[in-house]
Amino acid sequence: MNTVLKQTLAGLRILLVLTVITGILYPTAVWAVSRLPGLHPNAEATNTTLVAVPRDGTGWFFPRPSAATLPASGGSNKSEVNTDYTATIAQRRTEIAHREGVAEDQVPEDAVTASASGLDPDISPAYAAIQIPRVARETGLPLAQVRSLVSEATTPRPLGFIGEPLVNTTHLNHLLTTSR
Amino acid sequence: MSDTMAGLLQVGLLVVALAVVYRPFGDYMARVYTGSKHSRVERAVYRFTRVDPDSEQRWGNYALGVLGFSVVGVVLLYLLQRLQTLLPFNYGRGAVAPGVAFNTAISFVTNTNWQSYVPETTMGHSVQLLGLTVQNFLSGAVGMAVAMALVRGFVRQRTDRLGNFWVDLTRGTIRILLPVAFLFAIVLVALGVVMSFKSGVSVDGQTVATAPVASQEAIKELGTNGGGVLNANSAHPFENPNAWTNLVEIFLILVIPVCLTRTFGTMVGNRKQGHVLLGVMGALWAAVLAVIWAAEAHGLRPLEGKELRFGIPGSALFANTTTATSTGAINAQHDSLTGLGGGGTLLNMLFGEMTPGGVGTGLYSILVMAVIAMFLAGLMVGRTPEYLGKKLGKREVTAAAIAILAMPTVMLIGSGVAAVLPGTTSALNNPGAHGLSEILYAYASASNNNGSAFGGITVTSDWFQASLGVCMALGRFIPIIAVLALAGSLAAQRKVPVSAGTLPTTGPVFASMLGGSVVLVAALTFVPALALGPIAEALQ
Repeated sequence: MNTVLKQTLAGLRILLVLTVITGILYPTAVWAVSRLPGLHPNAEATNTTLVAVPRDGTGWFFPRPSAATLPASGGSNKSEVNTDYTATIAQRRTEIAHREGVAEDQVPEDAVTASASGLDPDISPAYAAIQIPRVARETGLPLAQVRSLVSEATTPRPLGFIGEPLVNTTHLNHLLTTSR
Repeated sequence: MSDTMAGLLQVGLLVVALAVVYRPFGDYMARVYTGSKHSRVERAVYRFTRVDPDSEQRWGNYALGVLGFSVVGVVLLYLLQRLQTLLPFNYGRGAVAPGVAFNTAISFVTNTNWQSYVPETTMGHSVQLLGLTVQNFLSGAVGMAVAMALVRGFVRQRTDRLGNFWVDLTRGTIRILLPVAFLFAIVLVALGVVMSFKSGVSVDGQTVATAPVASQEAIKELGTNGGGVLNANSAHPFENPNAWTNLVEIFLILVIPVCLTRTFGTMVGNRKQGHVLLGVMGALWAAVLAVIWAAEAHGLRPLEGKELRFGIPGSALFANTTTATSTGAINAQHDSLTGLGGGGTLLNMLFGEMTPGGVGTGLYSILVMAVIAMFLAGLMVGRTPEYLGKKLGKREVTAAAIAILAMPTVMLIGSGVAAVLPGTTSALNNPGAHGLSEILYAYASASNNNGSAFGGITVTSDWFQASLGVCMALGRFIPIIAVLALAGSLAAQRKVPVSAGTLPTTGPVFASMLGGSVVLVAALTFVPALALGPIAEALQ
């Protein structure tokens, strides 16, 4: 019993010391370094374009569907053999095809599937392309200008070889706001 | 460029990065655990905590140290959560409910980092830093300490001393985890990960929660912990904003478990012994990656629950790595993976988390499996088995068997009971075979101290909070005690010289036996359960 108590008390003391080191000093040091000019332009994420949230109205580019209920981020967690969810996806496809005035087979996969975080700001260039006519119509901006804003908000493949080019809808919608 | 090519390049980049650090980092860790000098900071820690750093412990005392330290860790973390209202930076997130606090305290102290809570609404920054970040470091350091005690069991002879747990713990934290985590926290910040003490930012009129992410993100991956600072974990753009950070985070998950095989080889004086373990780990890691990747690329809805910026290869690589180590961070929702892809992540855990496994836990798990493999080989040729010059008698094999069987026992009993309880079906998010997979995954994750989930399952009921908490504790500490007992009886032996009858443990024959044992033990134990869950789903 004496040994158990001794080991446990030693454990408590060492826990407290290491808590100070790893729980206070370490994050404070990381925070302090993150403030160094030029290291991170936006560590506070002010006006961030890293995330997209649903907006009212249709005069915007839509991000991917979100299964999250903010402030909690997250996905649908629905499996591909879940038939109820298959119906939901089919319904999304119909609605988007109707909204954009295109055939259902032109609606890309990312437009109908919920992202993992519910905050994914990126869409595929294909999904951006079918939204351009509607956005031009509803904002009154010329088609060519909307197209050029889309290419401004498009980043090439990450690392030059990962996946596909991405269109950041939050960035794009901010560009739209300033162009109006 | 095709998606496949892009994925292969990512894997290639990852392997090259690991290969570059393998020798220097592995040998550095060996020096950390074998050196006799204490740094100035460490001497101050020992003085303050009244620990004699130059005394060594028998296996029983070493185990008591681990248990005592873990118990006070659980108690402190529980209290921090329950008393959250008294702490700064809580942003109105009140006292954490008792069930959640109990589950979370065990979860983070056992290196599981299962999350039955929504961080954005439950955990303020103080609990995240003082409680969760701290245990991200310390539970990782405990795993490494136990692995080093086992390695010393093989190295030493005719002694009852395995080292000093407090020294191993302190050195692992201060000399390995802290500097690497700090360096990579800065790297992650530079690549765009958020580091903010505010509660949230306004995005187009809505509030999105923020946190001091970068510091916790680095140690979350490095210590193979996996508990998300935010609910979507490493799928959240604030935690993992782009393809670069994704690759860095996967590297961080793998770096210690992979390099510990070098540490092991260096410490036992034969690096090939480490290479063979790494070969087995790497082969199984690559095999399951191929399954998950192929399954996801051919899924019905490949982008459901995935982030566009990672694509399918980046998501498959992360999903495979997080479950093959005991990490459990996610960058895609595993519940939405295909039947086969999700089955691959489950299989990784059912291998017992040793391909390459968690920090320390992966090394000691595969060493225990090596003992089992040599025992099986000994039965075949009718000789007393040996491994690394130590005879594997009744005591050693019994301890190894207990360490191996703890996880399946705890997991299958837990899922079995959960499956027949009346409230369980309403907790599931998907019907049919996939629903059973959600239950199996939850108990496999808890019992293996992984922490990822088929996240659709609602685990907030008292039954789930309590039973998963118990699974995490038993799945962690039964193997640790058995491993330390094994180390104790190995250290007491004299080494037997290599003879003509010694089965070499550096060649392909041993590698196939070891890999075969990993697969065979998992297959014999889990095929019936897997057949009803992911296999049934994949055949639909």
